[in-house]
Amino acid sequence: MSELLRPFEFEFFVNGVIVATLAGALCGLIGVYVVLKGMSYIGHGLSHAIFGGFAASALLGVNFFLGAGAWGFAAAMMINGVTRRRAIGSDAAIGVITTASFAIGVALIKRYGSGGKNPDSLLFGQILGVSDADVWLLAAVALAAALVVFFLYRPLLFSTFDPEVADVSGVATGRVDALLTLVLAASILATMTVLGVTLVAATLVIPAVVARMLTDSFGRMLSLATVTGALCGFVGMNLSYHLDIPSGPMIVLTGSALFALVFVATGRRGLRRAGHLAHLG
Amino acid sequence: MTVTGGAELVRLERVTCRYGSEPVLINVDLTVSTGEFVGVVGPSGSGKTTLLRTIMGALPPLVGRVARRSGVSVAYVPQTETVNWNFPVTVGECVLMARGGRRLPWPSREEKADVSRTLERLGIGNLEKRHIRQLSGGQQQRVFIARALLQRPQLLLMDEPTAGVDVKTRHEVLHLLHDLNADGLAIVLTTHDLNGVAAHLPQLVCLNREVIAAGKPGEVLTPAVLEQTYGAPMDVLEHAGMPLVVDRYESSNVVDVTPRLRRGGQAANS
Repeated sequence: MSELLRPFEFEFFVNGVIVATLAGALCGLIGVYVVLKGMSYIGHGLSHAIFGGFAASALLGVNFFLGAGAWGFAAAMMINGVTRRRAIGSDAAIGVITTASFAIGVALIKRYGSGGKNPDSLLFGQILGVSDADVWLLAAVALAAALVVFFLYRPLLFSTFDPEVADVSGVATGRVDALLTLVLAASILATMTVLGVTLVAATLVIPAVVARMLTDSFGRMLSLATVTGALCGFVGMNLSYHLDIPSGPMIVLTGSALFALVFVATGRRGLRRAGHLAHLG
Repeated sequence: MTVTGGAELVRLERVTCRYGSEPVLINVDLTVSTGEFVGVVGPSGSGKTTLLRTIMGALPPLVGRVARRSGVSVAYVPQTETVNWNFPVTVGECVLMARGGRRLPWPSREEKADVSRTLERLGIGNLEKRHIRQLSGGQQQRVFIARALLQRPQLLLMDEPTAGVDVKTRHEVLHLLHDLNADGLAIVLTTHDLNGVAAHLPQLVCLNREVIAAGKPGEVLTPAVLEQTYGAPMDVLEHAGMPLVVDRYESSNVVDVTPRLRRGGQAANS
């Protein structure tokens, strides 16, 4: 037992556990909407897009969070706009916009440097080296996301389930979608320093899919996904210390193991429930 | 169309709507008043759904005016074929999502009572905790009617409420709608089903981008109006005092089909 508790004697580890748990809960919560809107790929795409914003803000000398956040939000709104007009499918839109943005990031960093920030930590996460600013940003985003989901529960549910009817019934679906996109971009921005560009997508998708396999109720799916995300962050962070494996991959591997467990345990019923989540909207 | 008593809820005056450069509704005049029950018929692409969206106020007309009585509440029931039945939502959650006026995620005591009352009235009172997929076709349709009723509408708009449902379900839905209408709810629905649905409604509008005719089924379901609406010849027979629409393709073959069948039967016997 004392062996299990030993890492908690280190302040950096306690901070890391708090951040991983909070990041997991946040991504679990927002991931429900991402997965149900059929945009699982957007998390993956947006985190890559934000990498471009990171490089651009380093080059221009503007605040990383503001620069990369605005960049990510703009990329997300472009994807939304292209998808809404149905000019091309959202998978193609995300593919084009976010990889182009990622390429801009790589090009800028190679040409002009990264302005003191370590690009590797953005790509793969650096949970044990999180700064106070990272923690506060994450806490603020998590609070904002929770408030948005809490106070816009019905309009968000309505426009996720039935966007056309929500629109004609007087829900400002455009504004609701934009707000959700803003929260998503902020969530990715706040968690990518912790988990890394390459692993954020998994933390958005896995808890939501696990929760979907366990329930048919939207309210329960929201709470289950949040708890699952938090649990994966907490357990993954601890395993990372004891197994000496980097925290980002360990958190994702914990989620994957949980997914496999629930997949087997729920059997045919779980498969039926989650079997329709894989398409892109 | 003519106002058959009661207060006007929505009035469309010379309304023209376009999607892009293509006009979808042309010069439409329509009034819906308290207690009316109107069916909109017409071929695919004739603007039926656009008309509902315009009445709803979701599509501003390019030309003309949509006047709604102030404070009138309009609710919309989508085609069940467009619903994502795999979405994780229980009957109870589904019927509450469209109800405005409350910021908190969970229902108030008053809302809970309202949900129970509405589901009970629609005959699905025991299904609140079920997932929407675990229901029969008629029950699924009722869930979406319940969702609309919880918005406390004076006018209910329904897009193809009987599309893709079996005869028994169609009868159940029509009975339910007639009951709701008898309680004072105005209803406008679109349908492709001239004999199974349209002929049973008090008022019809024949639409093909413009209003071809409006009135009681006996008045508007005529060969001339139907040919103008659908661009295909149809005959109208009378059955048990109700108009019965028959494709002319079929009716002209009635004479031919019988001997052919007989010949076919003889061929099979020989």
